[in-house]
Amino acid sequence: MQKQISFGQSLTLGLLGLLGFIGLWHGLALSGLISSVFLPSPLEVYDRFSTLTERRFAGATLPGHLAASFERFAYGFILAALIGIPLGLLMGWYQILDEIVSPLFDALRFVAPIAWVPFAALWFGTGIGGPIMIIFAGAFPPCVINAYRGAKFVDPRLIEAANMLGTPSHRVIREILLPSSVPSIISGLRVSAGLGWQSLVGAELIVASAGVGYMMVQGQANVSTTTVMAGMVAIGLVGLTLDSALRLAERMIQNRRGLEH
Amino acid sequence: MGVIEFQNVDKVFGPRETGFRALQDINLEIRDKEFVAIVGPSGCGKTTCLRMVAGFENATDGIVSVDGTPIKRPGPDRAVVFQQFALFPWKSVYDNIDLGLRNLNVGRSEREARIAAILDLMNLTQYAKHFPHQLSGGMQQRVAIARAYVLDPDVLLMDEPFGALDAQTRVVMQEELVRLARKNPRTVLFITHAVEEAVYLADRVAIMTRAPGRIKEVLDVASIRNAENWDSQEKIEDVMDLESFVHLRTHIWRSLREEKAAQHS
Repeated sequence: MQKQISFGQSLTLGLLGLLGFIGLWHGLALSGLISSVFLPSPLEVYDRFSTLTERRFAGATLPGHLAASFERFAYGFILAALIGIPLGLLMGWYQILDEIVSPLFDALRFVAPIAWVPFAALWFGTGIGGPIMIIFAGAFPPCVINAYRGAKFVDPRLIEAANMLGTPSHRVIREILLPSSVPSIISGLRVSAGLGWQSLVGAELIVASAGVGYMMVQGQANVSTTTVMAGMVAIGLVGLTLDSALRLAERMIQNRRGLEH
Repeated sequence: MGVIEFQNVDKVFGPRETGFRALQDINLEIRDKEFVAIVGPSGCGKTTCLRMVAGFENATDGIVSVDGTPIKRPGPDRAVVFQQFALFPWKSVYDNIDLGLRNLNVGRSEREARIAAILDLMNLTQYAKHFPHQLSGGMQQRVAIARAYVLDPDVLLMDEPFGALDAQTRVVMQEELVRLARKNPRTVLFITHAVEEAVYLADRVAIMTRAPGRIKEVLDVASIRNAENWDSQEKIEDVMDLESFVHLRTHIWRSLREEKAAQHS
């Protein structure tokens, strides 16, 4: 039997885990077992991180790189949502479309985003299209799949009620099917944002300037491990923020409908 | 007008020869503004009868019609109240009731007036902006009834509407429905397995056999109700105490018990 854990306890435990990890890392770095080229201490990474927020490296400060990365991510993510969500919904509502598109979709979705890098490089060289294509490849499948599930698994009794009320098709779509799919769509956006953001470094292997991934590669070329790790921390922090924001949106929607019991 | 007719209706789920035969040779006429309850053991097909009038199912053989016209599809002339309410969770109480009227192209001011009236009638006025999950089961079902009633349908179809409510709420809803039905009469087809509920609410009670369901017997309750003046009693428990009520109820129980016994043999 598990005792219910309070929010305060949960926060404390989480912080303990984090601090424990940093402590372990610090200990390992100081012990000299691993050279500081491979494993700089947490303090060194933190130091480098704050330096990068003010001083340029590889063409921009860390915030500057982050902005460039986020721009590419935003384009790729929004494109994935704008195409993926309607497609998923239509596939969920119309069996015929499902039958036609599914095999193709299933075949393509296992091609990892990073596997699209050479293809994107051939198409776009070092232009912004490259990263966008790769982020799109990561963000697209969850948008489709979750919209599909949301559309397919509408409560049939609600459809019966809508029909009984004489609701015309366009209104059924707009006021019944679509709202019913929203929780699924938002979940999909959360997963999609995560995968899209994770595809970032791979995406930035083929850019010529700016971006956190680019900064990290330049750091590696200069054997500046602290730069590389500072980049990882930055990516992690932004990813966490994105995920938390979307989680909040999810919860607000659930509360409004009383789905969270 | 709202005359419901079942003429030689059979219903088989699945292939005609080998499928599950739910209904056999149903013949029943429900007159305009008559309140008819169908009672029967679980699985006897009584809900299927309602679903055919609603237009959710088609008869395998025979004709189900309203005012002489065979039923093809669902529509607001045959409004349904579902056991699980089937309210739209993302719409407020007001919007849930509004949808049907909008589908009928009723003008805004008339919609507002009609909704205000039905909310008042069902004691829901202060909950107009609430969402279904914020309401108790009984209130949600009131909203569902309001949603159906506001359409001014010829026929009201109620599929075990109080089945998901607790016993106390159920009684309150039964009393309310009686008040509503006497004040605002229309043809009602009411499905229930609760015998007392059927006798209290209905003008006639049809008893169905176990599957394949047939109409075993139809009892005229209204004449007894009027002769014994049940409506003079304010509370449900006072009505249910009357000898005439008990007599009817017991008769139906016995009839259903026969069906249950045969079902298990």
